[in-house]
Amino acid sequence: MGLTHYLIVSLLVFSLGLFCVLTRRNAIGVLMGVELVLNSANINYLAFARFSSGGYDGQVFAIFVIMLAAAEAAIGLAIVLGIYQTFQTIDLEATETLRG
Amino acid sequence: MRTMSALVFYLIAAITVGSAVGVAFSRNIVYSAFALMGTFMGAAGLFVMLGADFIAVVQVLVYVGGILVLMLFAVMLTHRIADVRVSNRSVGTLPALVILSGIGAVMAKAILGGGWHTVEAGTPQPTTYAIGDGFLTTYLLPFELASMVLLAALIGAVVLSRKELKVD
Repeated sequence: MGLTHYLIVSLLVFSLGLFCVLTRRNAIGVLMGVELVLNSANINYLAFARFSSGGYDGQVFAIFVIMLAAAEAAIGLAIVLGIYQTFQTIDLEATETLRG
Repeated sequence: MRTMSALVFYLIAAITVGSAVGVAFSRNIVYSAFALMGTFMGAAGLFVMLGADFIAVVQVLVYVGGILVLMLFAVMLTHRIADVRVSNRSVGTLPALVILSGIGAVMAKAILGGGWHTVEAGTPQPTTYAIGDGFLTTYLLPFELASMVLLAALIGAVVLSRKELKVD
């Protein structure tokens, strides 16, 4: 199994995550799409670390990505709960107070 | 032996991509969340196959044990989850597919066409020593910044989601 196989898997996961972000109207669904995109980035990092550099730099960066994903999920879900308390829904089309 | 590892790779890749399809197309947000668990576990399996043992364990602990549980909590706290039809609406599916096929075609051409520089992958070694060494030498500053980011995220999440106390 070479580098290309892993990159193709990562491409598919990235595309599905971007599809999720673009089409979902549920705020938590959008966050799930973001998690898919971050996971595909991690697969890329580790695949290149194994097949292209042979070092550990890619693995260190993957840990940073996981850490930022955890922080992003905590903050994002707190914001979602705040939106729910204000609007009684988390449908992104209902929350358009900021639209000019 | 080689065909065996290829078989395992295709199995794990199928689990990962199939679960991602479930996340993207499921009508119910709870089913999406459980499909997300399949993607995370599949990615952890891919990490094991790439020789990254520590990251695979971190992936399971942080994503499946932390982020996914957090998401399920948020779903349960915010939604009439029994209402299947409205729980996970998607709009603009066709334009999104057009955009995605463009982006995907470009990336697929880059992946398949570019001659990547590859080295012969040796037998996987334990990675924890090298990663810990990197965190305390080369990546010391990002490591400390990461702890500050986590602290800020912790305080921010508490402040954002608490109930406002009315003192009068």
